[in-house]
Amino acid sequence: MSREVQVTFEVNGEPVSRRVEARQHLIDFLRLELGLTGSHTGCEHGVCGACTVRVDGRIVRGCLVLAASLEGTKVETIEGLSDANEIRDLQDAFIARNACQCGYCTPGMLLTAAALLDSKPQPTRAEIREYLAGNYCRCTGYHAIVDAVEATAAARARRHKQD
Amino acid sequence: MKAAPFEYLRATTLAEVFQLWREAGPEARLLAGGQSLMPALAFRLSEPNVLIDISRVADLTGISVENGALRIGALTTHAELGAHALVREHAPLLGEAAALIAHPAIRNRGTLGGSLAYADPAAELPACCLALGATIVARSATAERRIAADAFFVGLYATALEANELIAAVEFPRRRAGERSTILELARRSGDYAMAGIVARATVAGQALADPRLVLFGVGEVPVLARAAMAALAGRPADAANIAAAQAALAQELEPPGDLNGGADMKRHLAQVLLARAIQRLIGVEEARAQ
Repeated sequence: MSREVQVTFEVNGEPVSRRVEARQHLIDFLRLELGLTGSHTGCEHGVCGACTVRVDGRIVRGCLVLAASLEGTKVETIEGLSDANEIRDLQDAFIARNACQCGYCTPGMLLTAAALLDSKPQPTRAEIREYLAGNYCRCTGYHAIVDAVEATAAARARRHKQD
Repeated sequence: MKAAPFEYLRATTLAEVFQLWREAGPEARLLAGGQSLMPALAFRLSEPNVLIDISRVADLTGISVENGALRIGALTTHAELGAHALVREHAPLLGEAAALIAHPAIRNRGTLGGSLAYADPAAELPACCLALGATIVARSATAERRIAADAFFVGLYATALEANELIAAVEFPRRRAGERSTILELARRSGDYAMAGIVARATVAGQALADPRLVLFGVGEVPVLARAAMAALAGRPADAANIAAAQAALAQELEPPGDLNGGADMKRHLAQVLLARAIQRLIGVEEARAQ
């Protein structure tokens, strides 16, 4: 029987090897096994986006991925992105515009917004809203979140122009 | 919400999939992108004893043109459908549809084969397969067979696949000269399953629609080929009178079950609105190109 699975993959640049319960999803693994509590458990059925993390460079719903299935992959979480200073400007914009509020959706919002700005550096407000539509903020602070993403895109464009 | 315990097995070749499947028995489920299966497990709507992870089986990947058809491997993700040059050239409808499926993080994992095998009646890709006349390539341990999309969706979450078959690929006829297609849906929130949706495909010459195919989704137990509405438009100019006739025919042939979003009458109304918008879009695109 293999209701437990030995799995080895990378989390924020560090190799991780664990025996996991086959049914454990990635977010429970990150939070309970590794103590990486930045990614949040929300609806646990793929609707709310609070658990958004990266697998092999692409954003995914952590609750819809089994840890056991991740052999050989590279996982990145909000802790990794923060430590690498990859989205410092986006995080600063969230703080400056009070886009965090209770903070529960923030890590997922940041990962998703970062993916948008990577694929489309100058999105319109409508495009920002559409891209973030799968990430729920139950404080309903959507305007501030869209503002922060828009401001980050504009600031990056100005920096790009100066370079 | 936690899934009930199960065994997890990973296959890396088709031969391995069928061997593990035979050993695990009929209660085992195949895991591809998991974007429908994982929620079903979390809700314990599905409690398989074994999950067989097929997501690394190379034989189920790849997009190519073979024997005049666009062949898309079952493991192709929605994100890949939206970005691939061959899809854009030969079946641009699929890229347009991919953008309507859930959200970016889900489109990075969800697969074409998974969507068809799950056969949600409100899903976009089953309707696209029906509208484009796709062929589903099914594999078992011993044989391969081709199933026309018209015969594939047999009931609510039910397909023509046998218990020992999986979807290996889907073959789409390449877009012909003058062929236009579009997909439209109405959802309360972007990315939600549609309250009602339509896929329209036709060969457009000026205002006339030849060989139109209209498929409605989210309005029945399976995607619905709207034969009466199609007949009302075929070979005729897509003017207001003929669109109205098609709408009337559509209302007659749909029997939508009510759901959380509304009753049968509302769904019929939404379908009629979508029909007119889709036809106008088919014609409008053609006019814009001619200018």
